[in-house]
Amino acid sequence: MILLEPRKSVPTYLRLATPLLAIGVTILIGGIIFASLGYNALEALSVFFLSPLSRADQIADLFVKACPLIIIGTGLVFCYRANIWNIGAEGQLILGALGAGWVALSYPDATSYGLLIPMALAAMAAGALWAFIPAILRVRFSTNEILVSLMLTYVASLLIDWLVRGPWRDPMSFGFPLTPLYPDGGLIPPMILPVVGRIGQLHWAVPLALLIAVIGGLILKRTLSGFQVRLYGEAPRATRFAGFHPDRITIAVMLVSGALAGLAGAVEVSANIGQLQPNISFGYGFTAIIVAFLARLNPMAVIAAGLVVALAELGGDAAQISLGIPKVVTGLFKGLLLFMLLAGETWTNFKIKFKPRASQ
Amino acid sequence: MATTPLFEAKSVTKKFGDFTANEKVDFAIESGEIHALLGENGAGKSTFVKMVYGVLQPDEGQFFMNGQPVTMTGPQAARHMGIGMVFQHFSQFASLTVAENIQLAMDRAEKLDALSARIESLSADYGIPIAADKLVADLSVGEQQRVEILRCLLQSPKLLIMDEPTSVLTPQETEQLFHVIRQLADEGCAILFISHKLDEIKALCRSATILRGGKKIDTVDSQKHSTRQIAELMVGASISDIHNDHRASGEKEIFNVTSLNRPADGPFDVALKDISFSLAQGQILGIAGIAGNGQDELMEALIGEWRDASQIESLTINGDDLRKYSPEQRRQLGVGFIPEDRNGHAAVPSMRLSENALITSHAGREFVANGFIQSERLEQQARDIIDQFDVRVPASDPQASALSGGNLQKFVVGREIIKAPQVLIVSQPTWGVDIGAAMLIRRALIKLAEEGSAIFLISQDLEEIFALSTHIAVLHHGHLSPSFPIEEMTAEKVGLLMGGADSAEAV
Repeated sequence: MILLEPRKSVPTYLRLATPLLAIGVTILIGGIIFASLGYNALEALSVFFLSPLSRADQIADLFVKACPLIIIGTGLVFCYRANIWNIGAEGQLILGALGAGWVALSYPDATSYGLLIPMALAAMAAGALWAFIPAILRVRFSTNEILVSLMLTYVASLLIDWLVRGPWRDPMSFGFPLTPLYPDGGLIPPMILPVVGRIGQLHWAVPLALLIAVIGGLILKRTLSGFQVRLYGEAPRATRFAGFHPDRITIAVMLVSGALAGLAGAVEVSANIGQLQPNISFGYGFTAIIVAFLARLNPMAVIAAGLVVALAELGGDAAQISLGIPKVVTGLFKGLLLFMLLAGETWTNFKIKFKPRASQ
Repeated sequence: MATTPLFEAKSVTKKFGDFTANEKVDFAIESGEIHALLGENGAGKSTFVKMVYGVLQPDEGQFFMNGQPVTMTGPQAARHMGIGMVFQHFSQFASLTVAENIQLAMDRAEKLDALSARIESLSADYGIPIAADKLVADLSVGEQQRVEILRCLLQSPKLLIMDEPTSVLTPQETEQLFHVIRQLADEGCAILFISHKLDEIKALCRSATILRGGKKIDTVDSQKHSTRQIAELMVGASISDIHNDHRASGEKEIFNVTSLNRPADGPFDVALKDISFSLAQGQILGIAGIAGNGQDELMEALIGEWRDASQIESLTINGDDLRKYSPEQRRQLGVGFIPEDRNGHAAVPSMRLSENALITSHAGREFVANGFIQSERLEQQARDIIDQFDVRVPASDPQASALSGGNLQKFVVGREIIKAPQVLIVSQPTWGVDIGAAMLIRRALIKLAEEGSAIFLISQDLEEIFALSTHIAVLHHGHLSPSFPIEEMTAEKVGLLMGGADSAEAV
């Protein structure tokens, strides 16, 4: 019988060594997989891991890719720390994009970036509204927020599909399911740095995402509100004993995560697409769940976790494009990497003990 | 005795960390005997029978079956030797039928048809009416227990352990159960019957082994001893070193509860009926009673975790109405609370001690400013509690889980006492802690009362109640008896009240 026993204290070397070990094992197993499929293992691995890090613009694109993951992941950390399982960030993201899109399309001639503020507010309100539904149903009727939030994701994707094919479709789109392009004021400006100018696709929402993660970390660790969230997740009975309100905490964390997912939706469209279309997300709302867990539910670590997941995504894309490795194989490799990281995480926190089965 | 007993335990000891749950317990039972295992909560009854059934392993001592030394490596091994057990809290699958549930629990696979037939014939033999094809969800708790009994009987046990079987039964169901037990005993099965209801023991058993504080006190003939005598053995007449000598409570009433009612939420909850008491300065009101008579429900109502102003006539501190106030608002008015469970209720094991200190002091400005936690002050507060209450910590500001039970309890008690509450409401303050910690905690409670605070002390440890209280009342089936000054109370009277006698009869 294999037993996992919590470690009383985790040695620092283990905390540092396990992620490296996880990546090492992934490279080893991944190399074997690539080699057994007839690819040059070394080349495949270097494309996977090194090409997204080889140039400044590619590193910048890593941040761009990680940006929505970090924003959503931060919100999800709040939910999961409170033991509330919001699985519907993808739907809240879509609602956020719709909220921002509604503002942007209402002012087709806006040129001032001031438009971005009402767009962000509308996105956050719409995302929060979508998350409020599972929250209030849970509080009032004890429904399962996992199921409700997940199912609302499909409602949201059908809603955007209908809007861009129907009422919001650009009459000039030649029948394509697209809205008109956002006005200039509704597009997130690229980030032009002094001396070096623009690097990759870097835009101003990237530093915003980092700021959100840092502020999220501060709130969770240093404020009484964050304490309530952590306390409720650890011990609901102690929360009531302290005199806090479990229902209010539940609703608050759902609203925060919904608002941030909505904001991520607005950012993704305004920075990278410029108009609404049936598919605006590459499953960011779901991928962010992995990001939150990889970060061990710590907002500061969400930044690193978001970058690792973005690396796996971009590395996978690069391997598909330059080596023709099938998508299923790169997907397998991504899964392997995340699995190893989580296994290493488990090993950091638990001792593994082998115990002989009790004899008859 | 001349004959070899069916089952025997010699000098069995079981420790959990620094807590000794069973110390050198001897026990013997013959075939066909109905033997009671008696004791208060925490006396070590459950630990002992879990070892007999192989769920726990003894640290020292030996079991014998028909004179042969045996080791129970697990429940399956125990069943193999002919030992069956009906648990107090049984686990059944509500969506499966009676026969399917029993099939799952059998050690050997058996066809459902054959099994159903065996179940029905067995239930006819023993007069336990149960339909094998009924869903467990449709059964009453009493009927679910019959399923458990049938499950054991199918394996033709030589020794059947029943852990507080009557705690979930109506009087009529209890009578039926006794009928079954007597029939089994007549057929030669030994029954180990655990209870703390003395009238049942007297009705059913000839011999009774009494445990107290993990030790075997005596094995007595329950027919030859009065209920009072047995009660005395159970709770013990001895009073420890710690003793409240002060006992002079002031006149000024500070806390009052009048007619607190609380309906039962579920089938296992106890309804509170018309609970009234008041506390004066310096008074320690000890609330005796067996677990499950409304202690948890009363604690929740006093803390404010459960609030329904319409069900309470009055709940005041110094005249201020507390009925609608949250726990933290009540604390701010000078009431402190220490619930029984330090793992997840009074404290959170995975959080640091300073964060645990915040749980009961977040409303004032002292530790929270503009929404931000004042970590340094909080850490200082935790250090003060650690110093004043001799909490042994492995590191500075460790997680609560790194502390032993006794040290965490000292912290939890110290966290409230350091705030010098005018009223302290505490449940089981020394439950499962080592003697050193228990003595420190009791001294601290007495000192608090001497300084003019009032204490409401719920405890199942009668020795503790007698050592600390100025007044005693008993909680039984959600009723609180009138409180009596300590001078008028004896262990026997309390024992009778705990067993359900009304106060006129007992006093």
